[in-house]
Amino acid sequence: MFTSFEDLWVHLADNYIVVVSIILFGVGFTTLLFSRNLLKKVVGLNIMDTGVYLLLVSMGFIDGRHAPIIANGVTDTAHYINPIPSGLVLTGIVVSVSVTAIMLSLIVRLYEKYHSLNLDVIYELRNKEEHV
Amino acid sequence: MRKSFLQKLSAWYKGSYDFTLKTADHMDARMAHEYTGKEHKLREVERKELVFSGVLYNILCVLFCLIFIGVLLWSVLFLPPHGSPDNPAVNEVMERYVAAGMEETGAVNTVAGMILDYRAFDTLGESFVLFTAVCAVTILMNNTKESAADGTPIPMTVKPGIVEYSKDNIVRTVSRFLIPFIFVFGAYVLLNGHLSPGGGFSGGAILGSALILYAMVYGEDRAAAVFSERLIKTVVLISLSFYAIAKSYSFFTGANHLKSIISTGTPGRILSAGLILPLNIAVGIVVCCTMYSFYMYFRRGRIQ
Repeated sequence: MFTSFEDLWVHLADNYIVVVSIILFGVGFTTLLFSRNLLKKVVGLNIMDTGVYLLLVSMGFIDGRHAPIIANGVTDTAHYINPIPSGLVLTGIVVSVSVTAIMLSLIVRLYEKYHSLNLDVIYELRNKEEHV
Repeated sequence: MRKSFLQKLSAWYKGSYDFTLKTADHMDARMAHEYTGKEHKLREVERKELVFSGVLYNILCVLFCLIFIGVLLWSVLFLPPHGSPDNPAVNEVMERYVAAGMEETGAVNTVAGMILDYRAFDTLGESFVLFTAVCAVTILMNNTKESAADGTPIPMTVKPGIVEYSKDNIVRTVSRFLIPFIFVFGAYVLLNGHLSPGGGFSGGAILGSALILYAMVYGEDRAAAVFSERLIKTVVLISLSFYAIAKSYSFFTGANHLKSIISTGTPGRILSAGLILPLNIAVGIVVCCTMYSFYMYFRRGRIQ
């Protein structure tokens, strides 16, 4: 597909928004896996969400076109960007806000019971509670 | 004593068995060990196992994340160039929305016309997602039950050490000027959703942030006196029902809701675009109340 490395780098540089969104997704995913702190896991999940939004909105962008708000009666399709991904991102943002709120309230409840945000400590305390 | 896999599976299905915990046999053996006085030795072995599995976990995590990001980056090579008008995402649906959207929905803002007219049921679902989130947070964070036991109001769940903004002169003075402007800006974004960038979700979030600022600076009690739990419940339920009923007319007109009896008006006027403006207001109210309830529940465990 690519005849040289130069082509490959040019392609990656052209798609830099997608690359950035993948890196954001990876950063969030790594945070989710690595940190044992529940709050940091929530932060990681939100960074992952941000990567997804960036990818989605960038898919709707077309070079040199305007935001899809009909101005001066111009309804020519070649004048505006794709409005569909913007609407989809709206859905994603709402869902992520709701999920974050529910996760945070669960974390508050866990902290009130176990006085710790560390997942390992919570697991250990829970095991002890159930089996002793 | 040892259960077969199928027995464990059926127990797990019934909810009496947890695969993430160590098996019951293992726990029995461990307790027997503890009773025979080998506790210390066992702990040592367990600790070593834990450290080893932790190191292994980290190494596997690094490997997995690198491979994951690598595969995703590799997939970028097969994507079409960014921003090209020939991309597969730019299809006839988009052309239809842009070309006929203003005429059919009356909204100058194509995104608003799309999410509140062509795909209004999607937005109704979003509003219900927010409503469900509020319900879940209410169930988890509500602490009004304890106060009913002896009639005395329980202390707030706020832990000592949280900054009291109401005692700060600078914050008080600045927000006295700021809050009206935030309200006006929120109302502007909300009411101009079909004409300019904005709409129910963004405008509602701005209004909600103004309410939160008011509650922070002037004290939750004063905010709760105006925006009581009852008021918020009523307003949210009325908005959601209005949205559901208003968009249900497309069911009764044979799902051909684009030719509705409600006039789309002159595109560009504030009173145009048919149902989009009322629906925007309904969504904005739901979002605003949701943000405010989230803040109040996390701050003090109840709205009142």
